[in-house]
Amino acid sequence: MTLPAEIVGTAGLEFFGRISASISHEIRNALAVINEHAGLLEDMTLMAEKGTPLDPGRLKRTAGAVLKQVQRVDGIVKTMNRFAHSVDEPLKRVDLADTVELIVRLFARFAAVRQVGLAPESPLTSVSVATRPFQLQNLIGLCLDYAMQSAGAGGTVKLSIAPLPEGGADIRFAGLPVSALTEKPLAGEVAQALLGATQAVVSIRTESGELDLRLPAKIAGGTGGKAET
Amino acid sequence: MRILLVDDEKEFVATLAERLGLRGITADWATTGEAALAKAAESDYDLAILDVKMPGISGLKLEKLMAQQHPRMKFIFLTGHGSVSDYHSGIAEDRVIDYLVKPVNIEALIAKMQAILKS
Repeated sequence: MTLPAEIVGTAGLEFFGRISASISHEIRNALAVINEHAGLLEDMTLMAEKGTPLDPGRLKRTAGAVLKQVQRVDGIVKTMNRFAHSVDEPLKRVDLADTVELIVRLFARFAAVRQVGLAPESPLTSVSVATRPFQLQNLIGLCLDYAMQSAGAGGTVKLSIAPLPEGGADIRFAGLPVSALTEKPLAGEVAQALLGATQAVVSIRTESGELDLRLPAKIAGGTGGKAET
Repeated sequence: MRILLVDDEKEFVATLAERLGLRGITADWATTGEAALAKAAESDYDLAILDVKMPGISGLKLEKLMAQQHPRMKFIFLTGHGSVSDYHSGIAEDRVIDYLVKPVNIEALIAKMQAILKS
């Protein structure tokens, strides 16, 4: 029998690998665009050496396109850096709005490939919880996978955060067709282990087409770190 | 030779097509599988260069659809996967296909295009 901690550890590595692969794919795409624009500049230079006049407007547009891709890569690397540091502290106080926004960025490519829109509420409600940040990101990722699968191509997953009176919050994944919702979402052993690790509860609201992830204000009896309060 | 480039990165395909044009190679481009199928229905292409991972119709699926309509058309795949070994283990494990890893060296691409069209 595999212990929940082992399941969480293995799932975490898989999650980290999946996100890292997606990020490297995105960086390669941006580099491919930069490569073509740089190649075009070289082509234009070679043509100029043979007497074809340089077009300043074309040069300016090409240089601008390169700068745009450099900014794109900078944004990707900043997101990657935030994600990488989420494993620094096993228990930590985090802002759910920041966490959801980060996961939405990390999942943008997955959503695009599935042709599903991701629409976080603007702005997301800021709620602070003491939790296991990396396991929480992994769990939100699983919820988002479920929501994107339910929404299907052409659908849009709307994300919001609803604070609870007793502390903690619900992360809501809405816009899901009722027909696609399962009675027991995230029933697999990985999801169950992550729900246990974060002391979260997941539920379906069929009347509104929502998946809700309920998170406590603070994990009780956590081990492996210290939760800030 | 007539080439069709398909990649959801518009700036990538448009610029690559322009650079191929400067080398005397006519290349049309599309950013979705649907648009590529429409172009292939209108024109006879010798070769299609397809991004493997695209929203909607993937490159591998697009190749099958195009090959049914145009049995003589040849294909090269482009991948953003990190390495050749990643690519073999992740996508093309069950078949032999011609592919290049992004970013693409245009001279290597042209050499591969010419070799495939001669084969």
